[in-house]
Amino acid sequence: MTNSEPLLDVRDLSVTFTRKGGPSVRAVDGVSFTVRPGETVGLVGESGSGKSVTSLAVMGLLPRRGVQVGGQVAFDDDDLLTLPRDRMRDIRGRDIAMVFQDPMSSLNPVVPIGIQVTEVLERHQDLKGDTARAAAEDLLSRVGIPDPARRLKEYPHQLSGGMRQRALIAMALACRPRLLIADEPTTALDVTIQAQIIELLKELVQDTGASLVMITHDLGVVAGLCDTVHVMYSGRIVESAGRRELFAQPRHPYTGGLLASVPRLDAPRGAPLHPIPGSPTDVLRWSRGCAFAPRCPNRIEPCTDGPPPLESIGGRSLRCLNPLTETEEVATR
Amino acid sequence: MNDQTSAASAEKRASSDGLLSVRGLEVHFPIRSGIIIERQVGAVKAVDGVDLDIPRGATVGLVGESGCGKSTLGRAILRLVEPTAGTVTFDGTDLGALAGEELRRMRRQLQMVFQDPMASLDPRQNVQSVISEPLRAHGVGGDHRARVRELLDLVGLPASAANRYPHEFSGGQRQRIGIARAIALEPQLIVADEPVSALDVSIQAQVVNLLEELQDRLGLTYLVIAHDLAVVRHIADIVAVMYLGGLVEQAPSDDLYATPLHPYTKALMSAVPIPDPAVEDARQRILLQGDLPSPADPPPGCRFHTRCPFRQPTRCADERPALRTVAGHPATHRVACHWAEDIEAGRIQPAAEAVIEPDPAPDPAT
Repeated sequence: MTNSEPLLDVRDLSVTFTRKGGPSVRAVDGVSFTVRPGETVGLVGESGSGKSVTSLAVMGLLPRRGVQVGGQVAFDDDDLLTLPRDRMRDIRGRDIAMVFQDPMSSLNPVVPIGIQVTEVLERHQDLKGDTARAAAEDLLSRVGIPDPARRLKEYPHQLSGGMRQRALIAMALACRPRLLIADEPTTALDVTIQAQIIELLKELVQDTGASLVMITHDLGVVAGLCDTVHVMYSGRIVESAGRRELFAQPRHPYTGGLLASVPRLDAPRGAPLHPIPGSPTDVLRWSRGCAFAPRCPNRIEPCTDGPPPLESIGGRSLRCLNPLTETEEVATR
Repeated sequence: MNDQTSAASAEKRASSDGLLSVRGLEVHFPIRSGIIIERQVGAVKAVDGVDLDIPRGATVGLVGESGCGKSTLGRAILRLVEPTAGTVTFDGTDLGALAGEELRRMRRQLQMVFQDPMASLDPRQNVQSVISEPLRAHGVGGDHRARVRELLDLVGLPASAANRYPHEFSGGQRQRIGIARAIALEPQLIVADEPVSALDVSIQAQVVNLLEELQDRLGLTYLVIAHDLAVVRHIADIVAVMYLGGLVEQAPSDDLYATPLHPYTKALMSAVPIPDPAVEDARQRILLQGDLPSPADPPPGCRFHTRCPFRQPTRCADERPALRTVAGHPATHRVACHWAEDIEAGRIQPAAEAVIEPDPAPDPAT
């Protein structure tokens, strides 16, 4: 990891969905993080934590109506949030690319794979005809798709799930982006295919020097892949740390709870699981206190008095008034 | 839970009598072609010759990737799909010989929990009606309201839930409703098809714990079908690994995880990410090439030989291995691989391109 200037600097990002005749919903609330060149950053959270909305906001892919986006997203010297649409289109796909969860719904089902891959090259690199086709073939073989010439003529439904995700990654990498955002890229895939895709992403990041933002609910995926991890809950980052520090010693009760609730393949059998009580929908509004307080085993009185601040403690950021201590962490294992 | 007692009880369960016995089960879905005159041009061999025993009171985990036929096997056991061949014997009764009313009555004993609790609950039916439906369908008398309250209490939901509708609940609570419905008739066997995979991670453990608690209280027998090896390892006494319509390995959970013998099991286990960077960085991985072959046209010989990193030039491609025991392992540990002994002894090494060694330069921070 280098100490150079951040490539992406998200400052105080907030996204509010407004509804006619209903209360507005703040899906992302004051999220800040940076991504340095070559760094792999993980955004971890359950459904409703705001991790996907964060990535859509960075990519400028949220609908214009009914959404209020605040804060800054600095990429190079540009603020992506205020950039005109056509400038954003130039950056998107060329400098920043995204891979989505479900490869079937992000590919056009009635257009052959080849056209969808070459489209990116034509739009951003002015490649045409045979040159574009050759480049597309090269891309597909780079992501490990056998017989790329034949695959280019096929439609998405003719490819398996893992193959489709490879094709999407090929499209995302077409212009050698400097930042790749992957939103649950392996969730829809089987474990052996997931392992292939994660290895592929690792290799590509190493080879091209691109930065990667990995959005996932799977702590195992993060453990093997990310340099820095941000844990999100109900729209805010609750804990950020290097992956080794985070897994060795989770301080936020939510992070600790997540780790204690997943069965581990290498744990002794019969080791009890400690689920987090309640569900991710039992949240307190951040304005009234800590959103996790209703489910938190470490809750103390001040937790529900007001929003706890995000504080830096020994190289990590933590949003908690009564964090886990070392002994408690050991007890949950 | 005490480790020793749980191991002892697992052993006791495993040695006790069998509740369900599956022999040579096949489910082939015909592929038809033609417009006016339809004729069968092939078959998708979803389940192709499976033998499985489920001891009374035990939990058997069935793992495999999507398309391997594990759900079809679960459904064929309950006769929700008709097996093409083979027998399913439940508590001494051949389920295949039952029909009509007899089969319907037998279904009291065999219930199912589905993956997606939203899709398996009628959105316009309130919880009272959902949970009491099996009672009505099987003509169980008595006070249904009281019984539903009791069931809700068993699965950890408040009695007030009875008057509400599925959409008012979170995913984990909906799965509890699905479980309450499954245990309403006091069945002996529950087939749970991916019971936690649609749930948020912090909720999965709640449902896993609930299933274990109910087993202890009601003496249930489970067949848990899942793709998540970590969940299956946690919950199951016996694990069966399925690949492309057949079982490739079957063993008591601890044996399987301690010494996986089949190359597919090894690959599957090395693919499961572990939420611990220290372990992740130090692991050697076996990466499988390619995808699952089509079950309509399975490879000859060992089904796995097209992706197997330990493939040998002889036998693998032309002789289908049967489940067998391996010297040095308990008789309950069975594997379908011609070369299991040589692989275990290290005489056969995996193809180099399939092995990913751990990162050579670990972070100096630790």
